[in-house]
Amino acid sequence: MVAKVSNKQGASPKSFQNKLERHDRKTQIVADLIVIVICLAVLFLLDSVLDSSSMIFVVLKKTAVYAVVAVSMNLLNGFTGLFSLGQAGFMLIGAYTYGILMIPSGDRASVYQYFDGGIVKFSLQEVFAGIFGGNAGVGIFFGVLIALILAGVFAALFAFLIGLPVLRLKGDYLAIATLGFAEIIRALFQWNTIGGLTNGSNMLRKFPSFDSIVAGWAAGSPFVAAHIPFFSTLLPMIIAAICISLIVMLIHSSYGRSFKAIRDDEVAAEAMGINLAKHKMLAFCTSSFFAGIGGAMLAMFQTTIQANAFKSSMTYEILLIVVIGGIGSVTGSILGAFLFVAASEWWLRFLDTEMVFADAGTKTGFVIFAVAIVALLAALVIVKNRGKEKKDFRRIAIIAAAVAFIVIAALINYLVSPSMNVPLLRSGFRLVVFSLIIMIIVLFYRRGIMGSRELNWDSVTAFFMKRRNADKEGGEKA
Amino acid sequence: MDWSVVLPYILSGISVGGQYALIAIGYTMVYGILRLINFAHGDVFMVAGLMMIYFSASMPMYYSIPLMIIFTVLLGYAIERAAYKPLRTAPRMSIMISAIGVSYLLENLALYVTGGLNQNYPGIPWISDSITIGGAVTKRVTIITPILTIVLVVALILLLKHTKFGMAMRAVSRDFDTAQLMGIDIDRVISVTFIIGSFLAAIGSLLYFTNYTGVVPTSGAMPGLKAFVAAVFGGIGSIPGAVVGAFIIGICENLIKGLDSVLMVNGITSQQFGFATFSDAFTFVLLIVILILKPTGLFGEKQTDKV
Repeated sequence: MVAKVSNKQGASPKSFQNKLERHDRKTQIVADLIVIVICLAVLFLLDSVLDSSSMIFVVLKKTAVYAVVAVSMNLLNGFTGLFSLGQAGFMLIGAYTYGILMIPSGDRASVYQYFDGGIVKFSLQEVFAGIFGGNAGVGIFFGVLIALILAGVFAALFAFLIGLPVLRLKGDYLAIATLGFAEIIRALFQWNTIGGLTNGSNMLRKFPSFDSIVAGWAAGSPFVAAHIPFFSTLLPMIIAAICISLIVMLIHSSYGRSFKAIRDDEVAAEAMGINLAKHKMLAFCTSSFFAGIGGAMLAMFQTTIQANAFKSSMTYEILLIVVIGGIGSVTGSILGAFLFVAASEWWLRFLDTEMVFADAGTKTGFVIFAVAIVALLAALVIVKNRGKEKKDFRRIAIIAAAVAFIVIAALINYLVSPSMNVPLLRSGFRLVVFSLIIMIIVLFYRRGIMGSRELNWDSVTAFFMKRRNADKEGGEKA
Repeated sequence: MDWSVVLPYILSGISVGGQYALIAIGYTMVYGILRLINFAHGDVFMVAGLMMIYFSASMPMYYSIPLMIIFTVLLGYAIERAAYKPLRTAPRMSIMISAIGVSYLLENLALYVTGGLNQNYPGIPWISDSITIGGAVTKRVTIITPILTIVLVVALILLLKHTKFGMAMRAVSRDFDTAQLMGIDIDRVISVTFIIGSFLAAIGSLLYFTNYTGVVPTSGAMPGLKAFVAAVFGGIGSIPGAVVGAFIIGICENLIKGLDSVLMVNGITSQQFGFATFSDAFTFVLLIVILILKPTGLFGEKQTDKV
């Protein structure tokens, strides 16, 4: 999917210009299609090779959800320069719109058990099934489609109302005001007085999820039934691909250029005749529209939703995804979403389980290895800072030595203790390591993985050409 | 109108307001100098609470309280050095993101250390004792908080107005670059700002958590946000503003918590509306109202944009 994004203004050095132009639009589309087919084939292969409960499917599904929200946030923060922290609130509106409209009417009594079955008595999927002569499959298709769009529309509508007063604010004030609105929305949806609509502080459940939709297809088709993980992963990815393509099209339109102009210099943009209020509102509403769809997708992924889960920490997570990927890069956000979800849910999972050393020898080996690493790191820090002023250098050296000493002392203390458990590993350690990695990215790789560049055919060919030219130059020199 | 129903809510509002004020000063001072919303400040406050729990489990109060304050101050100082100082020349958004990262790290660290379980806050002798004021039973901390808050704020303002260092701090918050040119050691001023902020947050956490049963890793997020709102409400950068804002927010929040029962007791309504759900959200309503009506806050100075 990544290759779909094409970036025309990426300045490439002149020497490649001729070669690059050969990759005209048609070749690019063919190449995009090939990449998509390869992705699908890999996914299909994974489905037939791996167990259906493999984490990769869960990770890919959640990545699709987070990618939509991250790209929508990037549209605002990265491309328009509006620092908004309201994403969780708009996701909440989307998730609830989807849930409220899609819970089958037969299940409403049990879901809204404290509110006499709620005040919404219909379900979109049944409405559409009725229109198409009782065909449940078609009903679900149109039901989900319309519910997703409505999820976006309601989020955008709220965004419009919020945007009227808030978009006049600048910088930090805008961030804190949107954060505040997200909190107000969260409280509003938990209010028991309107529980007939929102089910108050209770969960919404039993609406169609990715899995239940695919299970519905599987009932009618043995082929789908044989490849359930493939289809239930494909479904969110298709929705995500459509949403992200639409955002990319917007970014490449004249509106997108105006957004970037506003980001780079508001006053200059205004002087160029760009209507600031209109464009900011457009970016804000579009971003919220897709955040709403992302929220609906999150509901489909999680199978249950509760307003209390849409806290500001959810917005922070999405912001960190955008930062990891690179502020102002769509492909970066997608990549960031994948890395974020995969690392936090899957790759680092082993850190959460306690492990025991097989024998004293392994334990000793581990401690020696750890001591060596700590000593090496401390030495590296000291050597690296040698060039600094004497006062600074001495302070850094003392701190590095002291930290190393404490860690080594702890390790030796652990060595003589009878415990055979691998140190630190237990529930929750995964997230500590994860947040440390994020801090390292934030501090030392501020521009994220992609910076503001995009991963597309231009950048890929430019990358390989540069390598080849570098090789050639190297060869000529030799 | 039966005021005896309202009194306990006003009392606890004043108390919570004082605690928010102590946190809000940390926000407002840091914002005044670095133009940074220090999202990690609420989590420093939470960590202070956790440290108190762990220290008091192994040593008597007269050791654990000073120790907790010292370590909280060190934490605040270390965060500034490690996470904000390297980004001093970076765009402001990077520092804010770094602050969010630190907040994420502290919460996860707390989750790891506590195992996600609620940790019971120790009862602190004397200030946790129950007393009766005007028929309302409350803890002594309710009375101590506003007094202590006012004393600390007056001390802080005296420090800012009448010492050389306070003058340096005011100069830095007025104009970062010029202050640097005048030979003020910026790094030192910023460090001291964080130290003062963390010190007040430590005291605030001592008073705040006495009223609650325990501390969880997310305990700091809401009070932190509310204290920040208080700082914005009063005019960010202004210490008296932050204090006034914090008291207003604390009292409003508690009145809304009690609105249902007040209305019921006085026979104005016969039905529960569940307004208590909005006790947190109302803070943000106040924020948005003030941002629209007077974006610089109650006591804020007018800022002009330079093109």
